[in-house]
Amino acid sequence: MTAANPPATGSGTDDAKRPGAGFPWAALIFLGPAGLLLLVFLAFPIVYTFFLSFNRGRGGEFSDWVGLDNWIRLFTQDPNFLRLGFPPSGALWNNVLWIVFYVSLTVLLGLILAVMATRVRYEALIKGIVFLPQAIAATSLAIIWRFVYAPDPETGLLNAVLGVGGVGPLSVLGSPDTVNWALIAVGVWGSVGFATVILSAAIKGISSEVLEAARVDGANETQIFWRIIVPMVSLPISVVAVTLVVNVIKLFDIIFVMTGGGPGASSRVIAFSMYQEAFPQGQFGYGAAIAVVMLLLLIPVMIFNIRRFRAEAVQS
Amino acid sequence: MTAIQDTTVRSQPRTLSERLARLAGRSPTHIILGLIGFIWLVPTIGILITSFRPSADMRATGWWTILVEPRFTLGNYERVFEGEGMLQAFINSVMITLPSTLLPLVVASMAAYALAWVKFPLRDTTFLIIVAMLMVPVQVGFIPLVTAFRESGTGLLTNYGAVWLAHTAYALPFGIFLLRNFFITLPKDLIEAARIDGASNVGIFRTIVVPLSVPAIAAYGIFQFLWVWNDLLMALVYAQRNSIQPMTVKVTQLLGTYATEWSLLAAASFVVMIVPLIVFISLQRYFVQGLLAGSVK
Repeated sequence: MTAANPPATGSGTDDAKRPGAGFPWAALIFLGPAGLLLLVFLAFPIVYTFFLSFNRGRGGEFSDWVGLDNWIRLFTQDPNFLRLGFPPSGALWNNVLWIVFYVSLTVLLGLILAVMATRVRYEALIKGIVFLPQAIAATSLAIIWRFVYAPDPETGLLNAVLGVGGVGPLSVLGSPDTVNWALIAVGVWGSVGFATVILSAAIKGISSEVLEAARVDGANETQIFWRIIVPMVSLPISVVAVTLVVNVIKLFDIIFVMTGGGPGASSRVIAFSMYQEAFPQGQFGYGAAIAVVMLLLLIPVMIFNIRRFRAEAVQS
Repeated sequence: MTAIQDTTVRSQPRTLSERLARLAGRSPTHIILGLIGFIWLVPTIGILITSFRPSADMRATGWWTILVEPRFTLGNYERVFEGEGMLQAFINSVMITLPSTLLPLVVASMAAYALAWVKFPLRDTTFLIIVAMLMVPVQVGFIPLVTAFRESGTGLLTNYGAVWLAHTAYALPFGIFLLRNFFITLPKDLIEAARIDGASNVGIFRTIVVPLSVPAIAAYGIFQFLWVWNDLLMALVYAQRNSIQPMTVKVTQLLGTYATEWSLLAAASFVVMIVPLIVFISLQRYFVQGLLAGSVK
């Protein structure tokens, strides 16, 4: 809350010198609509959702104040949300699985693809193909993959391929043991293009002299990848990774369309639980508590963004 | 040592055998990239082919058998449009998406102008608060806003009002962030000169800032258009009547009714995809720009 920032570059002439200045009417007029919308739809709900998380709120009727009940239930009595044990389970734990495997696989595949694509003439084509899932609705993407995973080997491509190898048929979405891995694979498929495009731009910024020098010194391609390319694009990698972590916390469509959180509640994630508890189940207070958890999980990213932005502002 | 020899070979493939050797040396790259291209294309091609297959065929054999017995029909598309209400859902998607794209464009541009070129107290703090708001998840609004909309008696949840307002508001932090950072790079002299000539803020905004910022505004517009068009969650929460629900919601309802009618589901999901695919292919440059800038969202 340091208001004493030096004014950023590009500020206009001093309005104080202009006739009629004093109160910044122009700023108010230009910022007014945005300010109003942000106050009503973002700022007010942050406070109010927290407040409502102390009410039962059944069916949207907020008449039953229950203190910390929703919060206690959320972390200790709801195995669908979090069950600590071995192995742990629940929506929050699934988010951890997603963060570990989806983020690392997407970044790694994105990096490898970005490096390999720069060496071929059809670079734009292959990047375009992998990027395509970014343009289509997650709803369609989920249906595409439900179809691939269909248990009938005369319908689902996966089981047709496994059948050739004498395996299956498997219902990968129907078993709690495989469902999360099958969903994470879909997530990776959908996001690798994003990682590739961002990282490819960064890799092209590495001077070819550095790479040539390493090759002359006898480094092989694996060494060049891990010892030169990865460290030199570590900042873009961290930006991509943070974006993917945010994706995981907000992840909803794929789960809703592909499994509805099932079988049982084994593939739920936090954003799915928030919707499921609040709307189909009508537990508004409980849903409000989950929404607050989501906001809390995103606060570190908020701080990361502000720090990064301020660092950039100082440099420029 | 070998590396130097390699480069000499690579740069001068004179004979056929040398060319073949070069190809073989590089073939792992081509094989891996080919495999990746295959894995990324085949699922989508599968759904596309299935959407054109008669449903009797779909039930009997896999879509890949199309290679040996090609039979196509437009029947699935006819059925989703006529029998299953996809046409109304398509219109609803347009009705939701256009205002939810245009409104944030106007509101965010105005705010970004104030934050870039109008001086007022706490301007940088205001901007940092908006950067922080980038990370506020839409879920935070669900409970308070749905409750408020219901109690208001305005019917916003059953006309398009709620979904327009919610999409607009949640698009603003990113839009303001993106556009302010673009506006601030415009030449200062130009804006100073206009001010000295007596141009008002409205004049400067309309005649200088907006025309010079078309690429950034277009990137944001395309990004927002695709975001709203592809959205499922906000529509589930804020469009609570069948007659106003967009295609994404319709598809999930069809999935509930016809869990294994894949030709029907394929046609429906392809209808959802077609507009973004056209936008993506025709405006790819802007789209990638918007996405690169949007990697903070």
